[in-house]
Amino acid sequence: MAKVYLTTPVSAEEISKLKAGDQVYISGVIYTARDAAHKRLVELVEQCKELPFDIKDQLIYFVGPTPAKPGKVIGSAGPTTSYRMDKYSPTLLDLGLRGMIGKGGRSQEVKDSMIKNKAVYMAAVGGAGALIAKRIKKAEVIAYEDLGPEAIRKLEVENFPVIVINDVHGNDLYLQGAEKYRKY
Amino acid sequence: MREIHIDRIVDAVSKMVQTANFDLGGDVENAFKQALNKEESPTGRDVLNQLLENVEIARTERVPICQDTGFAVFIVELGQDVHIVGGNLNDAINEGVRRGYKEGYLRKSIVGHPLERKNTGDNTPAIIHIELVEGDQLKIHMSAKGGGSENMSFLKMLKPSDGVEGVKDFIIECVKTAGPNPCPPIVVGVGIGGTFEKAAYLAKKSLFREIGKRSKLPEIAELEEELLEKINKLGIGPQGMGGRTTALDVHIEIYPAHIASLPVAVNINCHAGRHKEVIL
Ligand code: SF4
Repeated sequence: MAKVYLTTPVSAEEISKLKAGDQVYISGVIYTARDAAHKRLVELVEQCKELPFDIKDQLIYFVGPTPAKPGKVIGSAGPTTSYRMDKYSPTLLDLGLRGMIGKGGRSQEVKDSMIKNKAVYMAAVGGAGALIAKRIKKAEVIAYEDLGPEAIRKLEVENFPVIVINDVHGNDLYLQGAEKYRKY
Repeated sequence: MREIHIDRIVDAVSKMVQTANFDLGGDVENAFKQALNKEESPTGRDVLNQLLENVEIARTERVPICQDTGFAVFIVELGQDVHIVGGNLNDAINEGVRRGYKEGYLRKSIVGHPLERKNTGDNTPAIIHIELVEGDQLKIHMSAKGGGSENMSFLKMLKPSDGVEGVKDFIIECVKTAGPNPCPPIVVGVGIGGTFEKAAYLAKKSLFREIGKRSKLPEIAELEEELLEKINKLGIGPQGMGGRTTALDVHIEIYPAHIASLPVAVNINCHAGRHKEVIL
């Protein structure tokens, strides 16, 4: 369990060094998208249209924040459950998406796609939205404003805390962690 | 007949939906602290520490504990000697939700049609269960129920011959299937008996109970303890990353059943157990 500091964008080579269980602190730009935004992104890909941001070597954070109070950058901003994005993630990984941040397990198809494309899946602590928001320094809606909390935001983060769940070597912290502490 | 004006209800509801989201109940916070003492996994302890820090930030800065500020679910105990004046109870509660979610900068997470999925923009309608009780008081219990944990809920019509062992197996299986998705440590709400919808309602209702409070029925209290111990041996741990603290509590409510049925419903709450109650 190492402590790693990452700055985005992240190369395939850098991402391959991460291991399941590593504590990672991310700085730089990350993009938000959840259910409805993923649906639209994948529709664009199917129609061979350009995405609203260059996805190569970037990280997507599955989140729908609460509205920012006056004078604040963002509201509460913890991760949402990731399996709902499983249907869409392989398409984005094929385009060079380097990592995803959410919470909860992923499908085998997504795991296989991460190994193939050299990408990782990391978890932020679900339900720690007030704490996580403090690591977000800037937030700007860059697409799908009509989706409200589900719009795509460009976030500038500093030491954003996550834990690696699936690395490019096929390890899975959810399976291995639970196995280690299982007594029943 | 005691009269209660709807303005008081609107006001109380709009305040309680906000405090529920900013100020986590002491029972949950205590449960985190107790879990921290017992947690063997370093990652698990790290997660619990983050949760405690998060609760503190939310409380002092009045920001939501979690960005999913939930479906507003109400259990209302309406005294039969109460006369609501100025409008109707359901509208008053919905108006309170509308105001509270706006004033508190809470997230609006409700779509008006389950298939067309357009956001209603004000987090209404709320889910409102009204129970008629004796007396002249109006007791409003509110829970901000997140989608992540609600999605990890299950109901099964067991056979009477499956018995208590069948019930236990089903509950454990539900927790395993849910794994990291409902943000463990969780509270497991269980409804046993009644009909299909009654069991589901009991499971939800059990989640309104304070953490650490046991059922008044000795055999059910024992079952709660046994299940809690078993669940915490599963190893799922905080956020599902491995560890001892998978559940903070198990709450079970029961009801008489038909000779042919043994319904069991499991409704999971995440660690963000945001509940408030007010008496008018
Ligand atoms: S399951 Fe609970 S803590 Fe987790 S994201 Fe949903 S509401 Fe928040």
